[in-house]
Amino acid sequence: MAARRKGAAVSGALLALPVVFFALFFAYPVAAIVARGLHVDGVWRLGQVGEVLGDSGIRHVLWFTAWQALASTALTLLIALPGAYVFARFDFRGKQILRAVVTVPFVLPTVVVGTAFLALVGRGGLLDELWGVRLDTTVWAILLAHVFFNYAVVVRTVGGLWAQLDPRQEEAARVLGASRFAAWRQVTLPALAPAVAAASLMVFLFTFTSFGVVQILGGPTFATLEVEIYRQTSEIFDLGTAAVLTLVQFVAVGAILAVHAGTVRRRESVLRLVAPETTARRPRGRGQWALLGGVLTSIAVLLVLPLAVLVQRSFATPGGAGLGYYRALTRDDSGIFLVAPIAAIGNSLQYAVAATGIAVVIGSLAAAALTRRDAGRLVRGFDALLMLPLGVSAVTVGFGFLIALDEPPLDLRASWILVPLAQALVGVPFVVRTMLPVLRAVDGRLREAAAVLGASPWRVWREVDLPIVRRALLIAAGFAFAVSLGEFGATVFIARPDNPTLPVAVARLLGHPGDLNYGQAMALSTILMVVCAVALLVLERLRTDRTGEF
Amino acid sequence: MSITKQVTALAVGLGLVTLSACGSQDGGSASPTASKTVTLVSHDSWAVSKGVLAAFEKQSGYKVRVLKDGDAGQAVNKAILTKDNPQGDVFFGVDNTLLSRALDNGLFQSYEVKDADAILPAYRTDADKHRVTPIDTGDICVNYDKAWFSEHKLTPPASFDDLVKPAYKNLLVTENASTSSPGLGFLLGSAAKYGDEGWAGYWTKLKANGVKVVDGWEQAYNEEFSGSAGGKKAKADRPLVVSYASSPPAEVIFADPKPTAAPTGVAAGTCFRQVEYAGLLSNARNSAGGKALLDFLVGRTFQEDMPLNMFVYPVREGAKVPAEFTAYGPQAKDPETMDPAKIAEHRDQWVKSWTSLVLK
Repeated sequence: MAARRKGAAVSGALLALPVVFFALFFAYPVAAIVARGLHVDGVWRLGQVGEVLGDSGIRHVLWFTAWQALASTALTLLIALPGAYVFARFDFRGKQILRAVVTVPFVLPTVVVGTAFLALVGRGGLLDELWGVRLDTTVWAILLAHVFFNYAVVVRTVGGLWAQLDPRQEEAARVLGASRFAAWRQVTLPALAPAVAAASLMVFLFTFTSFGVVQILGGPTFATLEVEIYRQTSEIFDLGTAAVLTLVQFVAVGAILAVHAGTVRRRESVLRLVAPETTARRPRGRGQWALLGGVLTSIAVLLVLPLAVLVQRSFATPGGAGLGYYRALTRDDSGIFLVAPIAAIGNSLQYAVAATGIAVVIGSLAAAALTRRDAGRLVRGFDALLMLPLGVSAVTVGFGFLIALDEPPLDLRASWILVPLAQALVGVPFVVRTMLPVLRAVDGRLREAAAVLGASPWRVWREVDLPIVRRALLIAAGFAFAVSLGEFGATVFIARPDNPTLPVAVARLLGHPGDLNYGQAMALSTILMVVCAVALLVLERLRTDRTGEF
Repeated sequence: MSITKQVTALAVGLGLVTLSACGSQDGGSASPTASKTVTLVSHDSWAVSKGVLAAFEKQSGYKVRVLKDGDAGQAVNKAILTKDNPQGDVFFGVDNTLLSRALDNGLFQSYEVKDADAILPAYRTDADKHRVTPIDTGDICVNYDKAWFSEHKLTPPASFDDLVKPAYKNLLVTENASTSSPGLGFLLGSAAKYGDEGWAGYWTKLKANGVKVVDGWEQAYNEEFSGSAGGKKAKADRPLVVSYASSPPAEVIFADPKPTAAPTGVAAGTCFRQVEYAGLLSNARNSAGGKALLDFLVGRTFQEDMPLNMFVYPVREGAKVPAEFTAYGPQAKDPETMDPAKIAEHRDQWVKSWTSLVLK
């Protein structure tokens, strides 16, 4: 009894900082902006909910949001599941680099992804030049961009588990007379199903709340809930409608996360896992080589080509291939910014480092609390809560920051820390998801043994826990860093105009006509891409045995 | 047990470091020299000749900091949301279509500029409270691609009525009225022309006649309109676009070599008059500097510098306009206008109806 209470107290103490962080920098600003829309002249206008939802335009948005998310998820699974298999079971040259490459899109800001696709399928894009085919302002451009963006989610989540499933189980079934398909369906599929479900739900979540991709590729006719919230808030200034839509999105995302939490818990149930190195082998036979070839081709066309087009355009100056656009980045005479665009790199790195620091501290504390066996239900519920910022409109968070954090002692609006705080919100879920499996895997008996042999608590931590956790911490930090670097939705609202980050600078340049601005946007995107790719390659070297969920 | 304690200690330590770091940064930004700096918040289109601004800085002793904060609508909305703790002292760039939003939300405080009498009476507004000062004006009009029309032996349209004629089917590109200021201006122009009830019928016909709607001016003008320099490069295929009366002179001034005549023209009967205002922000930290800056904005020097920088007309009586401006882009003689109070009353409803009528 006393031990249990003590356990609860420890969990509570660990959670104190994350709870305060989320209350102050997430719940409070979001509540403030929603209240600003629904609480007018001292009266709660809850009748607005029915009014907004009855609007045919809004219903159209809801319908489009849902079906494009479903279609994107299905398409992503279709294309990425073979990829997951290949990464899990085959051993081939350059696999590590390729795994980093397919993850680059995921951490790229959506504006850059949108631009890459516009360069590929828009007017004067590659397809237009080759065959006169244009897909911009069609839903196909959006769906393909979503596949591009989320490929890594499926490969990493499903492939990560697949690599650790013991292939001998399936072989045993075949020896016992099952056909290849039956063996797969009855042995592998049930083991994989929770991972596939979790990946699908994450892809659904990301595409349901898609913003930059739809805004750039969708034109005025296609809008997701998130884009509509942005329009209502930033352009039409109808905070009431925006508030209602925010609540709708909140409910939808909450439901998705609740289901996701369920599948994650099931996935963590007992499976016989083996080291991934032992399950991968070189492809054998024509079929396997063809599969590998097919997957590599799909990666080349869907993932590498858009990135390559970006890079190519950054060098394609009017006078032929050259570094003209990169040189232009160092000048501050364009009038779009008050600083040379190159300064955005420094801003971005500083913000991302600060955001990573915050995300790692908050995320590790939360993960430590969630790992404790004596953690109560309430604590586990907090796990899902931590994921919410991934699915709540960034524009809501951004505007919420502007109007909520304006009174001492929390008058942060003039402070640079505002941007890292917003970025840390999206970084924390990644830290938690990376740290949790590793922390859960630390064998308590090791600690006990060390203590029995006379090690001080500090020494136990240093000699037992730290070596195991250190790599996971680095990986978590790397992911948080990459995600912070690419964060766009909230940053665009709170970054001061004279301190743009890379994604914000790219968007600003794209908003201005002219070759030079476009070229500079491509050059900055390329730089951002390279930074992200380097961070991910470093992470590949650090991969732990038990991969996290991203 | 021990690990969790250690992690907590480490985390709390790191958290404190982060917080103290932000504290020190806060202290740094509130420097005593702030009162010598005056901050202008504006939209992305703000531009001024360097020499003109430098002369103001020298004469007034204030250093001018400019924050360009997104397009016109976004800049206004953000200014309203941050009005209790504004990002600057003066806001420039709210136009007659959005004026009521700024005034109703208490964005500005009163200040009557020194040269208030020099402003042409037609542009004065809010005369009793002086919360805003008109700075520039321009006309939103349909532009046409001269080469395209002579090639197709077609007379360019001249009026709102012409645009719905079958001869001009699938030729016009305009902007989303809910996200773009020329798009909204064109909608208001049609409402001024056909009345509160008639505009919807006009747009039904326009839609049937193949009007294309894109999100913003940049896209419409530089990617869809065949007459602009950008559009030619992009092989654009729409010879009619909703843009400004000052777009033709821009096509001449920014061309190399300069043509003898503008490649584009203006459909004179499709214009809507836009006026842009500036004002002293409520809670401005440096209101003395803000007032000096506002005086400068209506001063002759700035008013005459404006046309070639922002492609707008001055509002000051007797301010000279550059020759290429009058030659290639004269102000519309009889533009549609609308009282800001009426715009305020109907704008949101019209935009909503327009969206479901034209986009959905």
